[in-house]
Amino acid sequence: MTDPVLTVRGLRKHFATGGGLSRAAAVTVRAVDGIGFEVGAGEAFGIVGESGCGKSTAGRAILRLIEPDAGEVVYRGQDVRAASGAALRALRRKLQIVFQDPYSSLNPRRSIGRALAEPIEVHGIAGSAQEVRARVASLLEEVGLPADAAERYPHEFSGGQRQRIGIARALSVEPELIVADEPVSALDVSIQAQVLELMRRLQAQRGLSFVFIAHDLGVVRYFCQRVAVMYLGRIVEMGTAAELFGDPLHPYTRMLRDASPVPDPALRGRMPRIEGETPSPANPPSGCHFHPRCPHAMPACRERYPEETRVGGRMVACHLHSPSGG
Amino acid sequence: MTMRILARLFQVFGTNKTSWVGLALFVAICAMALLAPWIAGTDPLEQDIIAKLRPPSAEHWFGTDEFGRDVYARLVWGARISLSVSISAITLALVVGGTIGLVSGYVGGRFDMLVMQVMDILLSFPALILGLIIVALLGPSQANLIVAIALTALAPFARIARAPTLIVKERQFVEAGRALGFGHGRILFVHVLPNIVSEVLVMASLWMATAVRVEASLSFIGLGVRPPTPTWGGMIRDGFENILDAPWLCIYPGLAILALIFSLNMLGDGLRDATDPKLRGE
Amino acid sequence: MIWYVAKRLLAAMPTLVAVLTVVFVIVRIIPGDPALTVLGDQATPQALAALREKLGIDKPLLAQYFDFITAALTGDLGRSLVSGRPVIQEVVAVLPHTLDLTISSLVLGTALGVPLGVWAALRRNRLADYVIRIVSLVGLSFPVFVSGIFLLMVFSLHYRLFPVIGTSNLADLGDRTWKLVLPTITLGLVMVAYITRVTRSAMLQVLSEDYVRTARAKGVPARLVIRRHALRNALIPVVTVVGLYLGINIGNSVLTEIVFNRPGLGKVIVTALNQRDYAMLQGLMVIYCFLIVVTNLLTDLAYGLIDPRVKQA
Repeated sequence: MTDPVLTVRGLRKHFATGGGLSRAAAVTVRAVDGIGFEVGAGEAFGIVGESGCGKSTAGRAILRLIEPDAGEVVYRGQDVRAASGAALRALRRKLQIVFQDPYSSLNPRRSIGRALAEPIEVHGIAGSAQEVRARVASLLEEVGLPADAAERYPHEFSGGQRQRIGIARALSVEPELIVADEPVSALDVSIQAQVLELMRRLQAQRGLSFVFIAHDLGVVRYFCQRVAVMYLGRIVEMGTAAELFGDPLHPYTRMLRDASPVPDPALRGRMPRIEGETPSPANPPSGCHFHPRCPHAMPACRERYPEETRVGGRMVACHLHSPSGG
Repeated sequence: MTMRILARLFQVFGTNKTSWVGLALFVAICAMALLAPWIAGTDPLEQDIIAKLRPPSAEHWFGTDEFGRDVYARLVWGARISLSVSISAITLALVVGGTIGLVSGYVGGRFDMLVMQVMDILLSFPALILGLIIVALLGPSQANLIVAIALTALAPFARIARAPTLIVKERQFVEAGRALGFGHGRILFVHVLPNIVSEVLVMASLWMATAVRVEASLSFIGLGVRPPTPTWGGMIRDGFENILDAPWLCIYPGLAILALIFSLNMLGDGLRDATDPKLRGE
Repeated sequence: MIWYVAKRLLAAMPTLVAVLTVVFVIVRIIPGDPALTVLGDQATPQALAALREKLGIDKPLLAQYFDFITAALTGDLGRSLVSGRPVIQEVVAVLPHTLDLTISSLVLGTALGVPLGVWAALRRNRLADYVIRIVSLVGLSFPVFVSGIFLLMVFSLHYRLFPVIGTSNLADLGDRTWKLVLPTITLGLVMVAYITRVTRSAMLQVLSEDYVRTARAKGVPARLVIRRHALRNALIPVVTVVGLYLGINIGNSVLTEIVFNRPGLGKVIVTALNQRDYAMLQGLMVIYCFLIVVTNLLTDLAYGLIDPRVKQA
C-alpha cells in the first residue's frame, strides 16, 4: 500500500448510560475499545460485524461526530482529534459521511437544491450564485438524478433516490474520503446494486477512499479491497477481502461467512447457523470476548484477550493463531 | 412555503367547526381594535359631567361611566390594549422561551436538566401571582406588563420547543450538518427550528388566552396600563365601584373579555386537535 | 406508606430551596433597587440607605441569598414595613379564609367535574357531549373576576339571596358557610370546567385500552367496567391536573377575594401592593412557595393512593 490517507490507532469510545444527574447508576458501554487500521488512497476499506459491535460508533468517532475518548486519527499527516475551528472545518470538507437511513438523513423542509447548495456556500467553494447552481446541477447529474430534482423536496423521492441525494451532498464539498455507514442496508436488493455501482464509479472517477461499514458480507466482498471484522468493540481479523472470506482465520469470521447467503446451490444445506447471541458490550465476557460462542474455545480464551498476530498479510486476534497460544 | 402552510391550515380547519367559529370571532375582535378610530364614534377619553352614569341608549349604546365617557368607545379602544399587550407578551415568550427550549434540548445533558428544572419551578407558580409580583416590583407600565406576562408564559414555550428538538436532533440530517462543517447556530436555526415551528405556534394560540386573562386580571387589580387609557380590566375595576347604580359598566367589558378568551380557546383547541392526532376530539 | 411519605417529604426540600431561589432571583435581581421603588424618586439618600439596611439589601448579593434562604427555611418571613407586625402573623390571621375558599372550590370542582367528564366520555359525540364540551370551554374562558361580578350582580344585588360583603365570623359555622357559597361557585366554576375536560379525555383514552375492551368482550356489565377498570385509571391524570390547578386556584383566589371583599391572602397581597410594602410582598412570595411545594407534595401522595405502581417505584 502507498502512503495511507487515513490512519487510526488505538481508537476508543466508551459510553456512560443510565444515571442521570447522579453518576451512581451509570453503566459503561465499551462501544469501541482500541481499534486501529489504515486506509490507502482510492481504497475501499470495509468494517463488518453484527449490530452492536461498535462499527457505526467507530465511523462517527473517526469524523468526530462523536468525540473519541482515546486514540489517534491521522488524515494525511494531520491530527484529526487535535483540530479545531477553521482547521476542523477544513478537515470536515475532506472527510464526509453517507448515512444508513435515507429518510432521516435529509431535512424534510429543504429542497434538494438548497440541501446541496448549502455546504457549497458555507465553505465558499463557489464564487457566485450562478456557479453554485451549476455545481448543484452537475452533482445531480453525477449521481444520476434528473436536473429538476433541485426544485423538489425529499418526500417526493424513493429510498434509492434519496440515498443518491445523500451521496451528492457528501460530494458537494469535494471530499477525499467518505465514511459510508451501512449505505445500502435500508434499500431493496435491486436498488442496493445500483447504489453500490454508483459508489464504485465515483471511487474510480474521483479517486475517493471509503470506510465502508456494513453487516452484509456480500456487499462488503463486492465493494471493498480490504476488510476488518469487529466483535464487541475490537477488530478480530483484518486483511484483503479475498483472503479473509476465502480462508477465514478467526472462528468468528468463519461463522459470519458461513452464515451469509452463498450463491452456490451446492453449498446450501451445509450452512451452520450463528450460534448464541451477541453479549452486551456493557458487560463483555472475560478474555476473548468471543469465547462463549466459539466452537474452538480453550482455557486460555477465557483468561486473556489474544494478542494481535500477523499471519501473512493479515492480522488476527485469536489464541488459535497466536505464537504463544494453541 | 407560505402557500403550503395556508393549505395545511385550511385542511386543519375544514374538519373542525369550533376552530372556524373561534377564528371568526378572534378576527372580528382584531378588526374592531384596528378600526377603532373609525367605529368608536366618539373620543373614549372625552368626559361629559352632565351625562355621567347614563344607562345604554341610542346615543350611548353601552351607556356612560362616572365621568360621562362613552362605554362603547372605551370598549372598542380597550380591545387595542388587550390585544397588543397579549400579542407582544406571547411573541416575547415564544421567542425567548422557544430559544431556551431549542438550545437546551439541542445541548442536552446536565445543562438541559438544569434549565428544565428551573422552567418547571417557574411553571409551578400561578401565572397571576407571578405576573402580580413582577409588575408590582417593576412598576405598572405597558412595557413592564408585557415583560411580566411573557415571563409567566416562558416555561411552557421552553417545554414545548424542547420536546420536538430532542427528536429532531437525533435525525441524521442534523449529524450530516455537523459532518459538513456547519456551525451550531446554522444547524439550530436553519435546520432544527423549521421542523418544530408548528408545535410552538399551536401553543401560542392556547397561551394567548391565558395572556389575555392575566392582562385583564392585572388591570382589574390596578396593575394594568395606567388610566385614563381604556383597558377592559380597568373598566370593570372602575365600574365595580358603581355596580349598584350602573351594572352596564361591568357587563359589557366582562362580555368582551369572555368573547376574546373564548375565541382563542376554541381556536387553540381545534388547532391542537388537528396537529396531535392522539388528542383528537378532546 | 409511611416510608413513601417520608421519602416524598425529603425530596420536597431541594424543590423548596429551588423555588425560593427563583423567588430570590425575581425579587432581588429583576427590579433594580427596591428601596427606590418603595420610596420613589424624591426620597433622600439617607432615607434610601436606611431602608436598604432595614431590608438587608445593602449586603453583597450572595450574603443576601443565604440570609434569605435560611430565614425562609426557619420560618422567619420578616416584618411588614407598614404595620411593623411579623408577616407570618398577618398571614396566619387570614389563612383560614383562603383555605376555606380554595378547598371548597376544589371539592365542588371534583364533585361536579368528574361525573360530568365521565358522562361526556360515555356519550361521546352525542348531544350531551357537545353541550358539556362547549359549556366547559365557556367556563374555562371566564376570568374569575368577571364570573364573580356576574354572580354577585344576579344573586346578591338582583335577587338578594346572598350577602354582598364576604367578611365572615370564623367561629360561626353557619355564617362562615353561607358567605362562602358565591365565592366557591365563582372559583369552582373554572375548576369544574377544567376537571370535566381532563376527565373526559382521560376516560376516552382509558376506554380505548385493551384491558377495557377485554372486560367488555368478556361480558362484564358496562357499569362495572367503568367503575372497576376505567375510572380508577382515568383518575391518575385528573389528579395531576387538580394538583396543577390548585396553584392556579390560589392565584385566582386573589381575584375572588377582591370581588367578594373577603379577607384572605389575596387581600393581603393587594394591600401590600398598594402600600408598596416590599417586605410583606417578599414574605408572601415565600408563603406562596410553601403552598406550591405542599400542593405538589399532596399531588404526589394522592398518586400513591390511586396508583399502586408509584409506591413501589
